[in-house]
Amino acid sequence: MSTTTEKARGPRKAGAAPSPAPGGSRGRTPSMGVQNAAGWLFSTPFLVLFTVFMAFPILATLVMSFTDFGLRNVTRPWEANFIGFENYVNLFGDEKFLKSLFNTGYFVVVGVPLTIGIGLVVAVLLNNGIDRARTFFRVGLYAPVVTTIVAVAVVWRFVLDPSDGLIAGLFSEVGWTAPDFLGSEALAMPSLIVMAVWRNVGTVMVLFIAGLQAIPTEVREAAKLDGAGVWQEFRSITVPLLRPTLLYATVITTIGYLNVFEEPFVMTQGGPSDSTLTVSLNMYREGFNFFHMGYASAMAYVLFVVIMGITVLQLRLLKDNTK
Amino acid sequence: MSATSSKAPVGPLKSRATKQRSVWRPLVYVLLSLGLLVMSAPFLWMGLSAFKTQSELSASPPVWIPTEWTLENFRQLLDKLDLPLYFMNSVIVAVLVTVSNLVFCSMLGYALAKLNFAGRNKIFGLVLGALMVPGNLMLLPLFVLMSKLQLIDSYAGLVLPFAAGAFGVFLMRQFMQSIPDELLEAARMDGASEWYIFWRIVMPLVKPALATLSIFTFLGSWNNFVWPLIATNDPDKYTLPVALATFATDPNKAGGSNGMLMAGAFLIVLPVLVVFIALQRHFTQGIATAGMK
Repeated sequence: MSTTTEKARGPRKAGAAPSPAPGGSRGRTPSMGVQNAAGWLFSTPFLVLFTVFMAFPILATLVMSFTDFGLRNVTRPWEANFIGFENYVNLFGDEKFLKSLFNTGYFVVVGVPLTIGIGLVVAVLLNNGIDRARTFFRVGLYAPVVTTIVAVAVVWRFVLDPSDGLIAGLFSEVGWTAPDFLGSEALAMPSLIVMAVWRNVGTVMVLFIAGLQAIPTEVREAAKLDGAGVWQEFRSITVPLLRPTLLYATVITTIGYLNVFEEPFVMTQGGPSDSTLTVSLNMYREGFNFFHMGYASAMAYVLFVVIMGITVLQLRLLKDNTK
Repeated sequence: MSATSSKAPVGPLKSRATKQRSVWRPLVYVLLSLGLLVMSAPFLWMGLSAFKTQSELSASPPVWIPTEWTLENFRQLLDKLDLPLYFMNSVIVAVLVTVSNLVFCSMLGYALAKLNFAGRNKIFGLVLGALMVPGNLMLLPLFVLMSKLQLIDSYAGLVLPFAAGAFGVFLMRQFMQSIPDELLEAARMDGASEWYIFWRIVMPLVKPALATLSIFTFLGSWNNFVWPLIATNDPDKYTLPVALATFATDPNKAGGSNGMLMAGAFLIVLPVLVVFIALQRHFTQGIATAGMK
């Protein structure tokens, strides 16, 4: 730590007066010391914010999950009692939590393959069949991603409305009666999944387009010269070379879906009969509606462990296949 | 995650004009057009419904184009919901978040890309780790922390947790790595301070990346819902999404009026869509850069 004096002086002075060559010949060859000090100084704002608003809360969640942290502890945190693993034990006897875990799993298991599959197909279509209108289609298909989820959820509620919604109207034109999508235990979750796929397919598509464009043209042309058909080219060239992108897209989509909150919050409030109650929504309710914050913290950690486990598993599975 | 593959992101590769008039092409166009129609239907439905009268809103079979366009839904909505206030709240928070991210993420991005310092790899590891942590894990203590700091219902409380994001650091580092070291060495030889190099040489060179980061951060903040929902109790401090969600999920307020809700959704979504269409290249670039590691 011989750099501490430079750390305190050099760069700060430069920051105050950002002029070149601050006189003197001392700084001719930049020493490692200067870079060291500058490196830490440039990192400081991020590190401070990271520590206070991320590292500390992550650890605090863990600590809280072993306590009976409740409403009164919001003002007096130190009065919370340490109760060991009680919250965790209770979670796995809590039918509501188990249901929310199941619902989240349902959402991921159906939603992720649909999103990835459709995104991939659209990207391949856009990349092979179309030159002129590519931007037009890409913009159109990506638009749902950038729009405010709450507004979009409100719109979808209306689209699915059994009395005057868009889909109900389309059904009645062919003489059918539309089911009450969001009011039905069986159909509410599939409806949310359709909406999530609609919303997220654009992200995946853009990733795949970037991945496809990184595949050298020669490889494709060689395949074509060897007489590969469209399907063969897709299977033996596109998919293997796209594997890193596929891995990345799958992992981020899965993480996003495991955290699903806004869709059920705005569209169904977890209902009917908790059929769309996800872990995140459950955690929000326990924590901020009922102020069972210790219990909710345990939920957050269970979800976190599940996410980490699935991510590691995906990285293993999808990577090992390549080599 | 090696540091080597940090080339500038792919632009629109128009060069691949393989003159293959395949039989598939018309089919591809039909498929994509159908897809686009399905994808944009909810937006069209929203935009048109916002201008419909009550009777047309509940008409069956559905009416797509309103026969008489009306602003009644907007008028009613503005009566019940102080949209200009929420709009300003959203703008203030998003601007503050964006500016602080531009500065802080670029600073760390520069250090990670161009400064040789002890602990650099550890900090980069921290950034990558932070990318993977779900935001839900922090909500509960963050709320307690903000309550203790008396920052609930304040702009600071809405901004601080998002003032510097790992994604921004990652993005800036990727872009800054493509700046030649010789350029920076030359400046150092001339006696320029690291701050001068960063602020006057590097930052102007990464303007496209800054544009990408601004758009992402601004929209991320604009669309953010969970934290503002938690960090505000006073309706005067609501951001647009929180105000709309509170309005939409309260049967006493919206009273099931889809017209008003469509007008509200229209007002929130329209600016975003316009900005997106105008700047769409930066979006796809940012996503592609992040995805290529």
